[in-house]
Amino acid sequence: MEAAVKKSNLIFTDADWDFDILQRTLEAIEEIALSDLKLDIYPNQIEIISSEQMLDAYSSHGMPLMYKHWSFGKHFARDQMMYQKGYSGLAYEIVINSNPCIAYLMEENTMAMQALVMAHASFGHNHFFKNNYLFRQWTDAEGILPYLDFAKKYIAKCEDEYGFEEVEAILDASHALMDQGVFRYSRPPRLSDADRMAKLAARAEHEELTFNDIWRTLPNTEEDEEEKEERQAEVRNIKLPEENILYFIEKASPVLRPWQRELVRIVRNVAQYFYPQKQTKVMNEGCATFVHHYIMTELYNRGAIGEGAILEFLHSHSSVVFQPDFDDPRYSGLNPYALGFAMMQDIKRICEEPKAEDREWFPEIAGSGDWREILKDAWENYRDESFILQYLSPKIMRDFHLFAIADNAKETHVEVSAIHDDLGYRRVRERLAAMYDIGMHEPNIQVVAAALEGDRKLTLQHRVHDGRKLNEDTKDVILTHIETLWGHEVKLEETDA
Amino acid sequence: MAFSHFIDRRKNPKGKSLGNRQRFLKRARAQIKEAVNKSLRDRSLKEIEKGEKISIPSKSTAEPRFRLDPETGKREMVHPGNKEFGKGDKIKKPPKGGGKGKGKKASTDGDGEDDFQFTLTQDEFLDIFFEDLELPNLVKRSLKQVKSTAYKRAGITVSGSPTNMNLIRTMRNAHGRRLALHRPSTREMNVLKEHLFALERIAQPSDEEIASRKDIIAKLEAMERRRRWAPFIDPLDVRFNAYEPTPVETTAAVMFCLMDVSGSMGEREKDLAKRFYMLLYLFLRRRYERVEIVFVRHTHHAEEVDEETFFYSRQSGGTVVSTALDKMLEVQRDRFAAHEWNIYVAQASDGFTQSGDAKRCVEILNESIMPISQYYAYIEILDERELEVFSNEDSGAELWRAYRTFAPAWDNFAQTRIARPQDIFPVFRELFSKNKREAA
Repeated sequence: MEAAVKKSNLIFTDADWDFDILQRTLEAIEEIALSDLKLDIYPNQIEIISSEQMLDAYSSHGMPLMYKHWSFGKHFARDQMMYQKGYSGLAYEIVINSNPCIAYLMEENTMAMQALVMAHASFGHNHFFKNNYLFRQWTDAEGILPYLDFAKKYIAKCEDEYGFEEVEAILDASHALMDQGVFRYSRPPRLSDADRMAKLAARAEHEELTFNDIWRTLPNTEEDEEEKEERQAEVRNIKLPEENILYFIEKASPVLRPWQRELVRIVRNVAQYFYPQKQTKVMNEGCATFVHHYIMTELYNRGAIGEGAILEFLHSHSSVVFQPDFDDPRYSGLNPYALGFAMMQDIKRICEEPKAEDREWFPEIAGSGDWREILKDAWENYRDESFILQYLSPKIMRDFHLFAIADNAKETHVEVSAIHDDLGYRRVRERLAAMYDIGMHEPNIQVVAAALEGDRKLTLQHRVHDGRKLNEDTKDVILTHIETLWGHEVKLEETDA
Repeated sequence: MAFSHFIDRRKNPKGKSLGNRQRFLKRARAQIKEAVNKSLRDRSLKEIEKGEKISIPSKSTAEPRFRLDPETGKREMVHPGNKEFGKGDKIKKPPKGGGKGKGKKASTDGDGEDDFQFTLTQDEFLDIFFEDLELPNLVKRSLKQVKSTAYKRAGITVSGSPTNMNLIRTMRNAHGRRLALHRPSTREMNVLKEHLFALERIAQPSDEEIASRKDIIAKLEAMERRRRWAPFIDPLDVRFNAYEPTPVETTAAVMFCLMDVSGSMGEREKDLAKRFYMLLYLFLRRRYERVEIVFVRHTHHAEEVDEETFFYSRQSGGTVVSTALDKMLEVQRDRFAAHEWNIYVAQASDGFTQSGDAKRCVEILNESIMPISQYYAYIEILDERELEVFSNEDSGAELWRAYRTFAPAWDNFAQTRIARPQDIFPVFRELFSKNKREAA
């Protein structure tokens, strides 16, 4: 009798799903996410798609809207082959930092997987997107989809007007500078700055109204005096050195025509939008994984899902957080899901059942019991680098058997500089945090001088850190790309910082 | 729930990244073409239609970014899975280029040296194959079309348009129903009616006769009622012919590939010849369910060989073209009866044959081959300089001139000289335009 009652509480019992079951499950998940974890989320828009559509979405940064470019076609071709030949599976989900928060579920997933994915994406990632300071400050969840829509149409129009090759040349060159196309320290202007969009729309409308076939043969691509003056005023305001090379080129290039500047700007805005994601891989995935793990376990404890579902969940979950050792052929760096999840579980443990060591390392949280608030504070105010520096505990370093290796290109040997012991904890933690500092592993290249008159030479400088030079193979190709955008000689110096 | 909602996008159009794919193919055009040409050399005629996995040098579609060179400077990395290391241990670096770990990592975020592999669809593959051949668009389309269809009888249905009504079936059903329902036949009624008329003609009928007349009238009325109740044709009886689209022409064709393999036919010549055969094969595939290919190679004597030998093995000897024609006829008589098979012949040569042999060739063609062949295409492969020299149609090697003389008599004979892939198509022009006429 009791078994029968228990069974009737299950929200689903087998692998098949339909929209009723999805809805019921979503409600159960939401109950835990909002009342128990007290997450703060954007409204969810959950879209069911086929595997083919997943491949489509995959290849263009996972965005539902994207302008057309051959590089996306290339990624698609590769992903498609890998998938069809069975070399790799598809991601279970894609989630977009937008308001409403769009998550894709694949129709092939079993119901247990759909539950996992909803908890992971629509609550875990969603909360992180909405609350993390980097996303709040540097991206515009409200504006991204309308902006991409604008970008897609604008670029398509340019292709019609000026030809594929012309557009491709600018996009190729801009893509090569994407990593150097973001503001790292000062806040970028809003994406959808309303007046600019309004201005563009007004111009388009004006062109339509005053459309006259005779004028079509005249070049209508020059900027008028007023715009030029405005742009040059902006250029004068830029204080060199400028780290955002794309921004500098967009504003100051002597040769770009207005539509070309707009293309550079689109690429720059896309790069900026994805910039926070690069800095929060561990935290973002850790947050989503922690949330799905908590919710699924809680659903099981409450009797809402059965043994079969929880076992299937644990199987997927453990492969997601699997961390191969450095000498394993499958090893390709630390798995952000594994590290993030382990650290967040550990914070919960420290809050609830601290050991002496934890009290010493984390006096302010150890034994406080309120892990929900501590985690939410971490999700809100840290990025990977600072999070690791703050919260990586000796226990995690021991569990992962972390060790640091110093590698000097001039030497024939590398040296183990620290391991997971009392002497090494701080150093390992510091080095690991540094690995997540984009400034450390991406070259620091800035515009240091630009002759706006005369020979119009553009001078870039790579500040060499720890003797690490630029890779020569790509350097020359990219310089050619920059010259396309700048129109005159471009020099790149490497100087020791 | 106020917060969340589901949208079912599965019915949305697929192939959103088609535009991107086209841009990518265009971008890597030169490399893809090279890869396709290479694969044309390697694949057999019958495989021409398949899509294929090709690989192109990744450099051509690299997306360069500024990267730090791992071979310079100092860095410190943290890895998981320490087993026996202690602080201060030194480990020898793996040899450059080989080795896992760091080397592998560098190639996952940059574009490695490896080739970029992906799969071309059949359509894309053919597009690139056709590109060199400069086919007219209409032809390209008809070659790529899977099959042209015609409506074929597919049994009987109970609904359809009046023009498709099957009278025999309908009448048969009606007949059966009439029998089963005992519908009085017209003949039966006529007999009764005549009887009645006869009775009516009697001026002074007896009581008996009156009674029998009444009886007959009653009978006739009953029959009339029954006939209304069980009509001659009832909607239930009506049957229609059903038609459904099916591929046209499911007959068989045989394609004879004749080629001179004497020393003068080099790699380039054979490559051109192969495309010539491929094109004909593609064409035949569209029209016939079953296409057999027979390879006949010849020097001063001819033999039937397999495809591999045909294209790749060399033979020395003189050149006697007529031997190939004899051989072809022999194979044809043996295995491909003219009334069962559509016969296509494609001959490639460099135009040289033993003197006097050309005349014999023309004889064989005229008497034996042309009457049974659907189409005979001859290409003479020249190098580009020769092509200029022989710009006049009438001048040329012996075989060419001999063929010129008899060609006008046969409109299913075509000959052309080629030096480049785009010269191939004209030899088939007649064939394809015929196809077009039939389709129209």
